[in-house]
Amino acid sequence: MSSVESIPGPKIRKKVGTDALIQRGFIVVIALYLIITLAFPLYAMLSKAFEVYNYDLSQFSVQASDEEGNFTTGPVTLLDLNAELGLLGDSDMAAKGDGRLSLTQFFPDFSFRSPVMYRVAGTDEKSVFLVGSERHVGTESVEVDSNTFRKVVVRPVKSRGMSNFTRYFSTPALFRSIGNSVFIATVSTIITVTLAFWFAYALSRSCMKYKGFFRLVAMAPILVPSLLPGIALVYLFGNQGILKGLLMGQSIYGPIGIVIGSVFFTFPHAMLIIGTALSISDARLYEAAVSLRASRWRTFWTVTIPGARYGLISAAFVVFNLVITDFGLPKVIGGQFNVLAVDIYKQVIGQQNFEMGAVVSVVLLLPALLAFAIDRQVQKKQVAGLTARSVVFEPKPDRKADTGWLFYCSLVAVFILGIIGICQMAALIKFWPYDMSLSLNNYAFDRMDGGGWAAYKNSIKLGLLTAFVGTVVVFLGAYMVEKTSDFTKGRSGFQMLAMMPMAIPGMVLGLAYIFFFNNPANPLNFIYGTMAILVVSTVTHFYTVSHLTAVTALKQMDTEFESVASSLKQPFYKLFARVTVPVCMPAILNISIYLFVNAMTTVSAVVFLYSTDTALASIAVLNMDDAGDIAPAAAMGMMIFYTNAAARLLHAVGSRAILKRSEAWRQR
Amino acid sequence: MTNSKKWLLTSALAVGLASGALAEELTVYTAVEAEDLARYAEMFNADHPDIQINWVRDSTGVITAKLLAEKDNPQADVIWGLAATSLLLFKSEGMLEPYAPEGVELLDPKFVDQSDPPQWVGMDAWVAAICYNTVEAGALDLPVPTSWQDLLDPVYEGHLIMPNPNSSGTGFLDVSSWLQIFGEEGGWEYMDGLHNNIARYTHSGSAPCKLAASGEIPIGISFAFRGAKSKAAGAPIEIIVPTEGVGWDMEATAIVAGTDSLEAAQTLVDWSITRAANEMYNTGYAVVAYPGVAQPVEHFPENLAEMMIDNDFEFAANNRSAILEEWQSRYDGKSDPK
Repeated sequence: MSSVESIPGPKIRKKVGTDALIQRGFIVVIALYLIITLAFPLYAMLSKAFEVYNYDLSQFSVQASDEEGNFTTGPVTLLDLNAELGLLGDSDMAAKGDGRLSLTQFFPDFSFRSPVMYRVAGTDEKSVFLVGSERHVGTESVEVDSNTFRKVVVRPVKSRGMSNFTRYFSTPALFRSIGNSVFIATVSTIITVTLAFWFAYALSRSCMKYKGFFRLVAMAPILVPSLLPGIALVYLFGNQGILKGLLMGQSIYGPIGIVIGSVFFTFPHAMLIIGTALSISDARLYEAAVSLRASRWRTFWTVTIPGARYGLISAAFVVFNLVITDFGLPKVIGGQFNVLAVDIYKQVIGQQNFEMGAVVSVVLLLPALLAFAIDRQVQKKQVAGLTARSVVFEPKPDRKADTGWLFYCSLVAVFILGIIGICQMAALIKFWPYDMSLSLNNYAFDRMDGGGWAAYKNSIKLGLLTAFVGTVVVFLGAYMVEKTSDFTKGRSGFQMLAMMPMAIPGMVLGLAYIFFFNNPANPLNFIYGTMAILVVSTVTHFYTVSHLTAVTALKQMDTEFESVASSLKQPFYKLFARVTVPVCMPAILNISIYLFVNAMTTVSAVVFLYSTDTALASIAVLNMDDAGDIAPAAAMGMMIFYTNAAARLLHAVGSRAILKRSEAWRQR
Repeated sequence: MTNSKKWLLTSALAVGLASGALAEELTVYTAVEAEDLARYAEMFNADHPDIQINWVRDSTGVITAKLLAEKDNPQADVIWGLAATSLLLFKSEGMLEPYAPEGVELLDPKFVDQSDPPQWVGMDAWVAAICYNTVEAGALDLPVPTSWQDLLDPVYEGHLIMPNPNSSGTGFLDVSSWLQIFGEEGGWEYMDGLHNNIARYTHSGSAPCKLAASGEIPIGISFAFRGAKSKAAGAPIEIIVPTEGVGWDMEATAIVAGTDSLEAAQTLVDWSITRAANEMYNTGYAVVAYPGVAQPVEHFPENLAEMMIDNDFEFAANNRSAILEEWQSRYDGKSDPK
């Protein structure tokens, strides 16, 4: 053994163990998942926005005869002809994909009755021109009389450039939507945050009765698609609406409808965030205020509001983001009031103008990204609100104030329940308003657009698959990021990727998926049009919140577990399965119910991706409303509500049972 | 599991397997009303049980967009029941498989593509019409309009609704017919006037009539078939055919170039132009491609066939992009007309 000392030892390098290798593998795989399902599609969309169609005049030559039909001059290319006559400028060359340019305009003295004959030809093998709708490819020339020459048109060819953006900003019908969207989102944000603040305040700072009930009611809007409040508003304030008089002649179709509906569907989000912020207040500050004889008003402004300020700001940006990216509600109730999210749909679905759809997506991405970035900054600051020495605030009964709060919360509850209730009522009425008898006719979904009962089943399937796949992917990803030691760069890169989906509006994601996955050159092309792409898009769309939930749960676990496991020579996956997963069970269940509910209600990303076999209930609501079948749309919307409510109930019961079994260690 | 359920399951499986072994599947894109699709497939399968149809149904605009988007990677085998203007567009993009179906010479030549062999064949015509809710219009004291020009009367302000031509095939046929009836300039002038009376533009072509049927709006510009259906369902509406004539479009059928199941696709297209198929179309459409088949349709205006304008589909297809752009810049995105 002594000889060993004389040999210079090998350079000592930190060895990457099997565990670490497997973990790195996992991080790379999940990061790859996010790159493929998010970064690549977005890149494809961005490049689509720069794809332009232009008429290439050099591709065609024309020749006109004299009155006798003799061709005395040689063929000229359209390019030369145009240059000579100075007819069309560069901006006239820009076109949409299905644009057509008539050739008659190159002959100022053209008359369809003249005996002049025309010869048209391409200048290379790939040139295509049309006579009527007949294609002529290549350089062979076609001779037509004047009457037929009217039908000769050329198609635009694809190239790259900025002209889509110039076109967007020079079309008032399009760019005006930016102002509209920002306006709607701002107004909705102010109203929702105010309403939600007082609601949350009543729940955490008063001794009002029925708090549990109000908490439950306030959460109800999460369970329905954002289209549903729109439908309810038609029945409440539409031309046949029961409360039409309240609008005093204003139309519900437009900004008023969008704002009321937005308040409804964003309320629970704002209430949750503000509620959390209010619940971590320190009672000692209030005691100090009282002993300093500050008035209640002053205490409110110097203690309560500053304590909740990050929650308020965060809620404001979340609501703003939800409203500006929402598509379902303005689609149903927006009337002629154009907003960005609906513009994307109109451009793509209505006008088949995918390039312009991509441009609007880029425009919509900006405010969404900005709101997201500010929100992240604010969230980072909200750390040490509660210290170990804090005392939890306990509200004292105050009869008069509590009655006031009860009244206020009841009003909000009536608003929420009223919206849901009217939909159920409309769904059960035979032919509003002419035959108000009850009937189940509106549930005969198979006789309507949208996919029928099969769509409902598909939605449940999507919900379950998303919940299962999503939870596994998200939790594994969060675990690898949170609980592995080295590979810092990889982990922080992954963390950034995981935050991205929240900033991407659903419509943008859906459109990006078309560009990326519906490309025959893409090896993943086969998932286009299947349930798989719906699952992937939904998991990615709702990735961030799930990821944050998982990370929070994992952060609560001491890293000692890992050290102990490795000193006991236990592989990480054993620790993961035997300790981490059971301990994080509540968070895992929360992630899965969150994914399920959202998969049931989402419209925005999947509207571009579903096929007949994979039609969804939420899309059916949209399509039935679109076709004017409003009552069946309400009926389907309520089916989603009941399913989600049942899932939530099941989740509550199930998690209590599991917790009892797996978390016995928490009790002493 | 009870015995009867077990039996059901096994027999279902057996049937599934048996048909699975034989069946060839066709992906068929269509814009035909959802409630008719099951019937169409059933009738077809009565003659050809070995071909299974997988429908992809959406509004005309959506299906057209889908097909164009999938141009380089077609998912559809057959298009059965889509506007001829859309098929003309596909033809000019080289997306259709030329095919002369068996018996095509029996059809009204107006309903067959001019090329030889034809790239598409027509099925039936869907025709614009006005749906007029007698109860609501009565309550508002609105006179019954008889012509397109009547609709410009300021009494109708805010009481009209029509489909957005950018998303709806019906909307586009209205616009292109006005441009043909009143001339290019007159057509736009007409629409300028009409715009003042329009409450809003809907996404789908059937919505205006359904909204008129439910009293949400007194007058909807839609298509006659939808109106007849709503009327049959008990809605208090009248279907009005304006005296200047009405726009129409054809529903047509074509094979998508590059399909893997060409033979099955041809079988379907062959069947789609038979007399039986045309009789089937006739339940909803008063005008069909097969001469002598059409029977009057319940609640349909009688003079409808004569009122159809001499539609120039090529004009509509080749100017579609320009017309829609002009329409959008004039009427879309203006604030809500009060």
